[in-house]
Amino acid sequence: MSTDTSKVAASNGTDAAAPAGKPTKAGAAANWADERLGVGGLSKFLSRKIFPDHWSFMLGEIALWSFVVLLVTGVFLTLWFKPSMAEITYQGSYAPLRGIDMSEAMASTLDISFDVRGGLLLRQVHHWAASLFIASMMIHMMRVFFTGAHRKPREINWVIGATLLLLGTLEGFTGYSLPDDLLSGTGIRAADGFMMAIPIVGTYISFFLFGGEFPGDDIIPRLFTIHVLLIPALLLALIGAHLILLIYHKHTQWPGPGRTEKNVVGYPMVPNYISKMTGFFFITFGVTALLGALFSLNPVWKYGPYDPTKVTAGSQPDWYMGWPDGALRIMPGWESHFWGSTWSWNIFFPVIVLPMAAWMVVLLLPFIEAWITGDKREHHLLQRPRNAPTRTATFVALMVFYAAFWAAGGNDIIAIKFDLSINQITYFLRAFVFLGPIAAFIITRRWCISLQRHDNEKLLHGYETGTVIRTPEGAYHEKHLPLPEGEAFAMTVRDRGRAGDEPELKKNGKPTFRAKLRAFYYDHDVDKPTAEELSAAHHHAEHEAHELAAHEGHQVDGHDFDDHRHSAIEEPLSK
Amino acid sequence: MRLLNRSVGRLSRHRRRPLAGAAVLLVALLSTGGLYAAFSPASQAETEKDNAALVAEGKELFMINCSTCHGSNGEGITTQNGKLFGPSLIGVGAASVDFQVGTGRMPMAQPGAQVEVKEPSFNQDEIDAMAAYVASLGPGPAVPDKEQYDPESYGSEKEKEEAVALGGQIFLTNCTACHNFTGAGGAMPRGGEAPSILNTDPKHIYEAMLTGPQSMDTFSDGNISPEEKKAVISYVESMKEQPDYGGFNNGALGPVTEGIVAWVIGLGILVAFATWIAAHTTRTNQTKKGSAK
Amino acid sequence: MSSDLSEIEKHDDSHPELNAHTDALLPDPGLHEHHWRPTDVDPKAEKRAERQVALYFGLSAISSVLFVVAYFLVEPGYDGDVWAGYGASNLTLGLTLGFALLFLGIGVIQWARKLVVDVEHTEERHPAASSPATREAAVAELKAALNESGLARRPFLRNAMLGSAALLGLPAIVMLKDLGQTNAQITKEQPYPGAGLEHTVWDAGVRVVRDVVGTPIRPGDLEVGDLVNAEPATIFDGSLHGAPLQIAKSKAATILLRMDPNDIENDVTRNWSVNGIVAYSKICTHVGCPISLNERTTHHLLCPCHQSTFDLADHGKVIFGPAGRHLPQLPLGVDSDGFLVALSDYPEPVGVSYWERNTYDIDEIFDEWSKDHAADAEQYGYKEGGQ
Repeated sequence: MSTDTSKVAASNGTDAAAPAGKPTKAGAAANWADERLGVGGLSKFLSRKIFPDHWSFMLGEIALWSFVVLLVTGVFLTLWFKPSMAEITYQGSYAPLRGIDMSEAMASTLDISFDVRGGLLLRQVHHWAASLFIASMMIHMMRVFFTGAHRKPREINWVIGATLLLLGTLEGFTGYSLPDDLLSGTGIRAADGFMMAIPIVGTYISFFLFGGEFPGDDIIPRLFTIHVLLIPALLLALIGAHLILLIYHKHTQWPGPGRTEKNVVGYPMVPNYISKMTGFFFITFGVTALLGALFSLNPVWKYGPYDPTKVTAGSQPDWYMGWPDGALRIMPGWESHFWGSTWSWNIFFPVIVLPMAAWMVVLLLPFIEAWITGDKREHHLLQRPRNAPTRTATFVALMVFYAAFWAAGGNDIIAIKFDLSINQITYFLRAFVFLGPIAAFIITRRWCISLQRHDNEKLLHGYETGTVIRTPEGAYHEKHLPLPEGEAFAMTVRDRGRAGDEPELKKNGKPTFRAKLRAFYYDHDVDKPTAEELSAAHHHAEHEAHELAAHEGHQVDGHDFDDHRHSAIEEPLSK
Repeated sequence: MRLLNRSVGRLSRHRRRPLAGAAVLLVALLSTGGLYAAFSPASQAETEKDNAALVAEGKELFMINCSTCHGSNGEGITTQNGKLFGPSLIGVGAASVDFQVGTGRMPMAQPGAQVEVKEPSFNQDEIDAMAAYVASLGPGPAVPDKEQYDPESYGSEKEKEEAVALGGQIFLTNCTACHNFTGAGGAMPRGGEAPSILNTDPKHIYEAMLTGPQSMDTFSDGNISPEEKKAVISYVESMKEQPDYGGFNNGALGPVTEGIVAWVIGLGILVAFATWIAAHTTRTNQTKKGSAK
Repeated sequence: MSSDLSEIEKHDDSHPELNAHTDALLPDPGLHEHHWRPTDVDPKAEKRAERQVALYFGLSAISSVLFVVAYFLVEPGYDGDVWAGYGASNLTLGLTLGFALLFLGIGVIQWARKLVVDVEHTEERHPAASSPATREAAVAELKAALNESGLARRPFLRNAMLGSAALLGLPAIVMLKDLGQTNAQITKEQPYPGAGLEHTVWDAGVRVVRDVVGTPIRPGDLEVGDLVNAEPATIFDGSLHGAPLQIAKSKAATILLRMDPNDIENDVTRNWSVNGIVAYSKICTHVGCPISLNERTTHHLLCPCHQSTFDLADHGKVIFGPAGRHLPQLPLGVDSDGFLVALSDYPEPVGVSYWERNTYDIDEIFDEWSKDHAADAEQYGYKEGGQ
């Protein structure tokens, strides 16, 4: 990014920051670069780009900076790590494993942990950053979907994001498998089992990946290449595309005073965002470093080197691979045998079909939604989750679905920590993965709908002040005050009714499948009040305020609100 | 800094508690006493007489505390529908009693999938008496000598180090499947669990291997030799002494708790920072000098 | 800010694509008036903020220096310094690095929040699509380019080019051939002992030895309730190294369990046992984790990975969990020196299911096995009362 602020400022035509004719050093450098690269245009385009300010817009930034931390720490780790399965006898400083045969990969990981100063920290920071990279991608994705930021024109960026999540997960798996320790080796063995379960081509895939039978001596070097070259290159390219599209589309914003579909209100890239981004990068790196300092992660020396005859209780993958593993745990043991072949539904379905199907569903969510609603407009103002009850409920249902499998992936830990039976947990979760999301869908949708009603209440009758007024009759009511102008306005900026046109009917006059889905999508949705309702409510409120004001300074006689007012002042004395 | 906590002798590498010195002294005194007792001239008849008295005392304790479930002669009690109410104790040996009562498992608080570990209800003398009584019911494994399980009793540091390395491999092959890689415990079918052995006495670990308490398999001397058992215990003890090189170990339960830390602590802090970065700063009603407003 | 607002109004109808389907229920009150921060109007507050930011940068610099100090002074590693039960090196390096980064970040953010001018700006949006004119021009140019290339006019050349490009896939696929021997080329002894998904290094007369130490086992060594993690003696005789050794171990791992012979519920299981000692593959039939979590009292074996549970008293049948197949049993015998041996390789492939695997029920497997291994059973078979 160019630092030629003087030039940019001048081109903007506002107050010139530097007097012309006296070239500064920075200006000279910028001039040099512009004459060769033409960076002036890019700099002008980027430096005053406006970004809106909201904490939830920075979740994706956590993912971005975690990725940078991964690149930095990863480069350092490659200085010492040896991606080789050559069998050597460990002679390093960790005494309990001295004299044990292991792969060079494991031995070099032990060296990084015990003999390289700061090596253990690097390993831990790298691994924590990986966890945060994927976790932050997930909450970023939740934010985007719950606020409707996936709608036109941003569907492709959603697809890129979902692909990044998948690639990040694979990158994590290949990464934690590299040390060739007992836990990760068990994971690779299970992965071999997954591949073998694929009908027809399973053994070939396994054979190609392992270069023969499991475990062979090829898998670690191959995973290393995938981990440091193939996937990072794809991640970098896709992250680049993701950011370019973000800049091209300009960031979405919350509705509010002065904020419309046609503008973006916020602070410019230079100086506000460039400094906030820089600061947040260091903070992300710092927090990851503190995690690495204080929390142990993947203590490979305790697992020992991989040995296909050993296993440990609590054999789990890292959390982001946990949900297919959970699906695998609660799947009934269905296996079919036809004509001398074996079909392992018990593996193929939960760990190959289910994750791919789930990923496809996530990928297609924006398109499915647009197809159902028929909405073809561009959207740049965000929606509150309550204002799209069916969408919000759908994603919450997907999250509960995911969480149920996640819990299944840790069923043994749950069993020992809460004194439960793994068998009972398994039976429960087999039912819950189907019933839980349905319940979550219904509850969330009703919840959103009642929040919509609540919003309308606030809009029409004002907010609750907490001041309770006793009327002269002895009745109590709470005093409501109108919402601040800006807040009320923001609340009214939302669609009325259905977004798209009515879908065509079938030839026999019955609604199409799409029409039924659309009816379901908008079912019970509460519209914002009409202009008439709003003005009536305001009129009523004014009237009330006026009435109350009329009584100010009067003696209360019990007839303030009926037509039998008797006041000492109004009563004609001469009667 | 190097002087701080830097261990002095190789034998006591990771010991860092100030009480450790006192403990070593105490162990030395006790073992000296033990050696004295072992080599002190005592006639065979005297020992036998002592033993008979011990068995009698043990029987009395047994009748009061154990016979309800295990039968008045330790023969076990079966319920009407054929289930074991309390198993037979004939042939389980003194080691079994020392383990079950010494770890507070027996007397059992309530039947269930998992026998609860409690504060022991009896002192060591009473346990010894009951163990002697049960041992008299039929031949079984005896309570091991300190020499058999104490990792400090190796001749040299090198010998101990080799034992720890061998014990680690045996531990990872035979024990981690149920008890987890650090011994933090793991789940077993139908509500059972392989308990944590992180706070278990070396003697009790030895006895557990020998007798196979509850659902645990036995690892008799023909299966894992006494030397190998001692090596396993040495490894487990060295793991307990080992510092957490990388920081707090999250309960030593592996990736599940690591995931929780990443989400709750890591992401929690970063989202808090994001909120702070995006939050509006304090404003004032004053206007800037020279500004248009 | 009023100038920004007038901009918006000016462009109100310029982009119908961006038309918000929102009826204006309330008038847009417009951007809030900008309120200055104390640091903008009060030079004292500004100075304070400057000092604060400088302090953060200073703390960061101090932490960086402390990192270097800790790097050289605090001893890492197995024998390294220990503070409060934690590895001191990791702790000090991590804390100093963490605070160096964190304070730098906080300083920069504080600078941005308190000192960088923070007047809100408004930028206009444009629809993502290009304008109709641009689109038309682009289509016209593409058409012209296509015409000039002659792709449409010379279909034969075009198809020939596409065809030859497609054929380039062949070298890529053919290159994969030399990755190794396919399953069909593998025999039990080639290219290494126990090769192939259907074989292990077990064979008639191979001694069953304890894992890790490699010592052979006599039936009398074990008591009822003993569980031994076992391997074939081949693993420990020094003949295998590297990948063949790992492959052999990954398939041949076995568990021995001695139970009361009366507890055995299946004839095949009894036939392949020696005096209550049964041997099963340690490799789960689900996805291949090694399993040895046995409940002594029930003879139920649990897999720590996905909780498949097998009944060892009854040919290793599945009683719970996701596994679809019983655990293969290794037929046991005793050699002339009185040590436990295998009567044969595993009678069926061990470990995970795969598409080409043929599956039979346990009695069929036993009948087939009895025909093929009568001589071995005769030689090593355990005779009641023989041991």
